[in-house]
This record gives sequence, structure tokens and C-alpha cells, in this order.
Amino acid sequence: MKLIFERSVSGRRTHLTPKSTFPSKELPQALARAKQPKLPEMSEVAISRHYTQLAKQTFGVNNGFYPLGSCTMKYNPRVNEAVAALPGFARMHPLQPKATVSGCREVLDTARAHLCEITGMDDMTFQPAAGAHGEYVGLLLMKQYHQSRGDHKRTRVLIPDSAHGTNPASASMVGFTVTHIPSDVEGCVDLKALKAALDDTVAGLMLTNPNTVGIFDPNILDITRLVHDAGGLNYYDGANLNAIMGWVRPGDMGFDVIHLNLHKTFSTPHGGGGPGAGPVGCKKLLSGFLPMSHMGSRIWEGEKPDSVGQVRAFYGNFLVVVRALTYILTLGKEGIPQASGMAVLNANYLMHKVKDAFPLAYDRICMHEFVLTLESVRKETGVSALDVAKCLLDYGMHPPTMYFPLVVKEALMVEPTETENRETLDEAAEVLLAIREMTKTRPEKLHLCPNTTPIGRPDEVGAARNPRVRYQFPD
Amino acid sequence: MGSYLPSTAGERQEMLKTIGLEHLQDLYRDVPGSVLLADSVDIPEGQPEMVVRSKMEAMAARNTVFPTVLRGAGSYDHYIPAIVSTVTSKEEFLTTYTPYQAEISQGVLQSIFEYQTLMCELTGMDVSNASIYDGASAAAEAVMMTQTRERSKVYVASTAHPEVIQTIKTYCWGRGIAFVEIPQKDGLLDRHTLETLPADTACVYIQQPNFYGLFEDAQQVAMLAHQAGAKAVMGFYPISLGICKTPGEMDFDIAVGEGQSLGIPMSWGGPYLGIMTAKKDMMRMLPGRIAGETVDNEGRRAFVLTLQAREQHIRREKASSNVCTNQALCAMTAAVYLAAMGPQGLREVAQLCYEGAHYFGDELSKLKGFERVHQTEFFNEFMSCCPMDVHAFEAEMAKHGILCGLTVDDKLLWCVTEKMDKAAIDGVIAVIREVCGQ
Repeated sequence: MKLIFERSVSGRRTHLTPKSTFPSKELPQALARAKQPKLPEMSEVAISRHYTQLAKQTFGVNNGFYPLGSCTMKYNPRVNEAVAALPGFARMHPLQPKATVSGCREVLDTARAHLCEITGMDDMTFQPAAGAHGEYVGLLLMKQYHQSRGDHKRTRVLIPDSAHGTNPASASMVGFTVTHIPSDVEGCVDLKALKAALDDTVAGLMLTNPNTVGIFDPNILDITRLVHDAGGLNYYDGANLNAIMGWVRPGDMGFDVIHLNLHKTFSTPHGGGGPGAGPVGCKKLLSGFLPMSHMGSRIWEGEKPDSVGQVRAFYGNFLVVVRALTYILTLGKEGIPQASGMAVLNANYLMHKVKDAFPLAYDRICMHEFVLTLESVRKETGVSALDVAKCLLDYGMHPPTMYFPLVVKEALMVEPTETENRETLDEAAEVLLAIREMTKTRPEKLHLCPNTTPIGRPDEVGAARNPRVRYQFPD
Repeated sequence: MGSYLPSTAGERQEMLKTIGLEHLQDLYRDVPGSVLLADSVDIPEGQPEMVVRSKMEAMAARNTVFPTVLRGAGSYDHYIPAIVSTVTSKEEFLTTYTPYQAEISQGVLQSIFEYQTLMCELTGMDVSNASIYDGASAAAEAVMMTQTRERSKVYVASTAHPEVIQTIKTYCWGRGIAFVEIPQKDGLLDRHTLETLPADTACVYIQQPNFYGLFEDAQQVAMLAHQAGAKAVMGFYPISLGICKTPGEMDFDIAVGEGQSLGIPMSWGGPYLGIMTAKKDMMRMLPGRIAGETVDNEGRRAFVLTLQAREQHIRREKASSNVCTNQALCAMTAAVYLAAMGPQGLREVAQLCYEGAHYFGDELSKLKGFERVHQTEFFNEFMSCCPMDVHAFEAEMAKHGILCGLTVDDKLLWCVTEKMDKAAIDGVIAVIREVCGQ
């Protein structure tokens, strides 16, 4: 498909803004740009068609089943979008006087109250723009907490080996060193290894529960107690909250600080990678350290003398919070646990239907997602998890997450979410069983998949070796 | 109660039966009984769409939407062409995930590749990432890119946006990096500090135009930073680059900016767009996603996420940053905006901002007590004095539907965009006269 620059024709343009009515005034030469940018010169219809074509080559939640593990690709309700587009939200300047933003403050206060109740936390900031950004804030809170107590030797963070890569990367950003805690045979935290790692240099533990293999760690209360006893704090990575909301609260499990992914659990759209939102909740003992907006604090937030500072401008991805609040008010007290319950049921139902074809990494009741391991399939037939994923594309299905978590070889991580119906799950199971048959009868065909997509498998090694990261205009 | 669950109660029972269970609760048998909730959480009962929608509309109605906005300071009221939201609200773009599966994500990958090219053209820099959270976090990540074993000290202009300064400061505190604010004089950076940068200086960060709207001698700053062996980082205002000298032309190593002005509504502060561009030799230090061009197995042009060896899912604690997403939809917004404007349109918008602000500045300074605070060149923002209490003035202006300049101590920081024409500005001046009794 042509790039937008290849559709540009010199002299074509749109007519969007009026002619100047001011006395003309030129920028001094020394301040003016010499080289004009090669932006595309196009009619509006050409732009419109260009993006319609790009949309056709993009797979959204409504294009088909999207069981992407750890990403919670549930349906994004349309009313959320309608509400976020209201001028009373979208047209608000972040530095308006306090008396003119009562509605915005009400959105944040209401969302904070409900999300604190859902997670068992006492306070919450909406400043972090994404999950990883939230992790970063959570770790800053931990750092500030220990420093405020004069406890400067706590520089280690414990992270299970099954964790998402952002956990250790975030820990490094606040100057912590990482100690990896191995998983036991059940995929849960190895208590013995945890005990051995705990001492007075541990700042805290980062954990998701259910963990990245989709299992609720039954020892969770022991885990958090051990960390507390050693003087550390417990951080909850909210990536998998969609399994448990309304059933059990991280705050009750012994966690002190938590981030949420509003774009996963609370139905806001992923937008091709963003914008999401990663609010951070905490117990009272950390509340005073929460980030603030330096300028907003003067206008409406109030000063926070012990705050860790700020991690972006203003108050966060406000319109994402508007969407999430709309969702919470819609589902309410009954709907929240029903959504998570159905997410777990859908996962177990699909797991049940495919587990005879593809071995499970852990054969037991799962939470909202489960992990298949294709190690034996690969040994037996040469077909890899990647081959199966690419074959699914030909069936109009988005593949599961591949090769994660790292503790499982040839992993496919499947998360159907609660908004899928039984027919979709049945069809997906049939497709997976059919592919399993193909691994036995025609394995060579699977190496060539996909065949029905706009492109075949791309040369990723070549892309990294010889990076072309912008269009080169012909001379 | 509202719900998006397709399954009926009957189906649910059948599904439970299929897996050998009776109740939904049976799925939660690993949860210790002492913490399993008996009756959900204590939030209001759910409501159908119509009820929730009117509740949210009522909240929005408790805000004041100003028809006239003369306030910038990091969030700008520019005109947003209708085509922008038409494109970005397409549900494929809106709901898709990060494009890991390139074969079914060529649309979003190509749009990122195009965005990266547009950012390079706009800034005159060599490379761009796929964007990050916002302008302030982009500035902080840029500063982190300049860290080496020998050089870690960070110099930040006190004339930059206060929220950007605070964000950089927080990131520096996190990593344990020395942070120094460069003092100012008459609204501009004091050159003296830059002439005596120590040998462990990693970078100098400045903003052009600065927080007060003034043009710094940016070229000189880049030169002095380079003379000290440090990197030069510039924060820019994308619209200004329609006519103003680019960071590329002034030899900056990294250029970052808040992209909100490129078609994104003010949205009470977010979501916004963090633009990150750099010289070629810093490409592998960039945080976050980067789209690259390659070919598929049949030699056709294809786009993928590339240079992933930098990233956290490969490098874990050794990654250069923990960023694992971009603001893809906001990046697309900026791309559609720039395509809709085209080179001519963008220049015209920038020129309108420049001319409008200067006309307003001239008219305002004819009033008693509204003299400009600084006398040097500015783009579309400037500081003025205020002859009455600034908060009282702000409140009076609000009664006329005007969001006046931002109150900074006892002064006002004004901003004019292309939304204001001469007649509109004359109208504002008349209101100010009335409010101040002149």
C-alpha cells in the first residue's frame, strides 16, 4: 500500500483556517526555519481514503476473537466514547480556575472512591499514563517510604521469574536492584526461595495475582505477611485484576500499593498501544507520597509536601478515566463480579475444550487466562508456537500472546475475556483442534502461514539489522 | 444493572457443567476464605446506558466550557479539523492492540511509520520513536538517554514549563542523578551557567519558545552544551515549527515536545502525546516503540516494530526504559492533523498565532497597567502585568466567557491561537476595559 507521502501532489491542499485579519508581521530571519517540512500535500478526500485503507489492514476488537493473554481485550463500550467526547470534558483546559472544573474533580473523586473500594486501597493517583508508568510510581512510593523512615539500605526488589518485563525495568528506573524469585512446580511463588531472599535490604515485592500463568497463588496471605515481617512493602501489578474484581481485593490480600490498567480491566480502548491509564492506589501509609501536579496543586489539588514529585504533566489521562468511570457506573456492584466471574468461566471452558490437543503448562482450574505449552508438539512435529499463532491469523482470529511468560517453553497464553459468547469459544476450540491435526498431517504447511493476510511473515531480523525508521523522499 | 456479558444464565450453567463445576464461586477455590468477599464490593448498583449517560452528562455540565481561551502554558486551544476525529474514531484504530502481529496490523504500523517520518520532517531531526506518554515524560526520558558512566549531571532551564521541570526532577531523583536548574534573567536563561558546565554534565535541557513564550538563544545553548561535551536537548511546541527554526537546524541531539497542539483536544490535561526525536547516533538509546520498514517473505513492503533489543521484554532490568507502549491513537491524531494541514496550512496556522499574539500584545499594552513584562521576541505567548488582583481579574473575565491569561504570581501569561481573529481580539480588549474600568 502507498505511503501517505507517495500520495502527495505538489500544490494540493485543504482549506481549514481563515486568512489573516491582522497587520502582517514577519518572524525575524534568525528565528525562522529555513527548510520547509515535507508534509503531504493532499485533498481531504485523499486523506480520508488513505486512512480507510489503513483501517482495513488493522485488526480491532470487533474484527474477531482476540484472546491475547495478559492484555484483556474485552469489548470497548460505545457509550464510553460518547461520554468522553462531551465538550464539558474534552474542551477543558487543565489550568482552569477551581470553580470552573467541579465536574472534572467529581469524575476523579468518584472514580477514586469506587476504584479504592474495588481494590481495597485508601487513596489513588490518576497521573500515570500506562501500566508501566504506574509501576514506576509505585516503586517511587516504596523508595520514598523507606527513605522517610531513614531506612536507606533497602535497595532490593523481589520479582518472580514469571513477571512481565516491565517489573524489573521499572525497578531499575528507581535505582533498585532486582532479585528474581523462582516459581514452584505449580507456577506460584516458591515460598522457600522467598524466605531465603528476604532480609533487611528488601524494599518490597512486586507480584501479580493471579500470576502470569493464570493461577491464583493460594499462599498469597503467607507471601505478603513474610514480606511485611521483613519490613518490606507489597506491590500489586493490576494486569490481571479482571479475574478477581468483586471477588477479592488486593488490599485485603496484604498489598500496600497497586497499579491498575484502565485499558484492560475497565474497558477503555487500547488505541493500537495507547492512550491507556495506569492509576496507582495505595494504603494510608503511602498516601502522602502520591505524585501531584505542580501547577494543579496551586489551583485545586492542594500542596503535598511529601509527594514524590510528578511523572508527567497535569493529572493523567483524564478522558480515559471518564471512560472507565462510565463503565464502573454501568456494571456496578453486581456487574463487576459477574464480569470477572464470566472471564474466568470463559477461560476455563475454552481450556477444557483444547487441553487434550495442546498440553497445558499447569493443569488445574485457571483464572481469566491459561497457558499452553507447545514444547512437546514442537519436538514431535517441528511446529512451533509461532507457527500455530500465524496459522490462527488465517482463521480470522487474533493469536494468543506468544512466548510469554518466559518460564513456560513455547508458550501460548490465552485470555478470552467475559465479553465473548459461547459460540465464539466453541469455534476457537474447533480451530485449535484442527490446527493440532495439521501439526500431525501437514506440519510443513504451518511453517508457511499466514496465507490470507495483506502480507506474509515479515523479515524482522533484516528490519533490526538495517533499520529504516522513516520514509526517504526521492531526491 | 448494565452489562456487556453475552451469556445467558442458562448458558452459564451449561458451561459450568461442561467443566465439572456447579457455581461461579467454585472457580475461586484457591482464594483463601478469609478474604473472599461474600457480597461483592460496596459501590452503587449498576445502571442502564441511558441513566449512566445522563449522570456523566450532568458531571460534564458542572464544568465551565470557555468559548474564548487565551490561556496556553502547556495546553493549547487550536482548531481541530473535522477529519481528525473521524479518522481516529474508526473502531479498528480505536480498539486494536499494540501491533505485535504484523501481518494483521499493517495499517497501524504504517501509520506509526508515517508519524515518525512526519515528526522528523517537522523537527528536522533524523529519527523519531512511536511516541510516549506526554511532553513532560518525553523530556524526562530524553534526559535519561544522555546518561553515561562518566556523565550524569543534568542541567535544566528554569525557563522551561514548571511541570516539565518537576517531571525531570522526579525521574532524576528516582535514578539518583544530580539535577541542576539553570537560573534566569529577564525571562531568559542566564548564559553564565552554560559557559562553566562541569566535565560530568550529561545534558542541557531547554524549552523553545520558553514557558513565558520567549525565544531563547537556543542555537547558542546547543553550542555551549557541545563545547562542554554534553548533549543538548530541546523541548518544542509543534505548531511553532510551522515557521520557527527547528531543533535539527540548531544542532540539538534530542528534541521532544508535547504534541497536544496537533489536533488533540485539551481534555483537562490528557491523554496527550509525547514526541521524541533524535539524531541518528542516538537511535538505539530511544525508549519505547519504533516502527521500521522491511519486506515480507515474498519481498513485499512491510512494517514491523523494530530495534526491540532495547526494550524491557527482552532486556528486563537492563532495559533503557520501562516504556512498553506508545500513545498510538494520539500519534495518529497528530499525523492526520499534519496531513490535513499540509505544509502550507501549518505555516498559515503558525503565522496566525504569531500575528494574533503580537496584535493582542500591542493592543493590551495600550491599556493602563497591562505592560508586557519582557521585551524580547516571543511566539504566541507573553507575560503582562495586571493592574488589579489577578484572581479577581480572572473571575471577572470568566463572567464574560473568557479564560484569560494564566495567573503567574501577580502577572498574566497570555496565549493567542488561530482561533482568534482581529474582531475577536478587539472584543476581548473591550471586555478588559470594562472589567478594569478603563
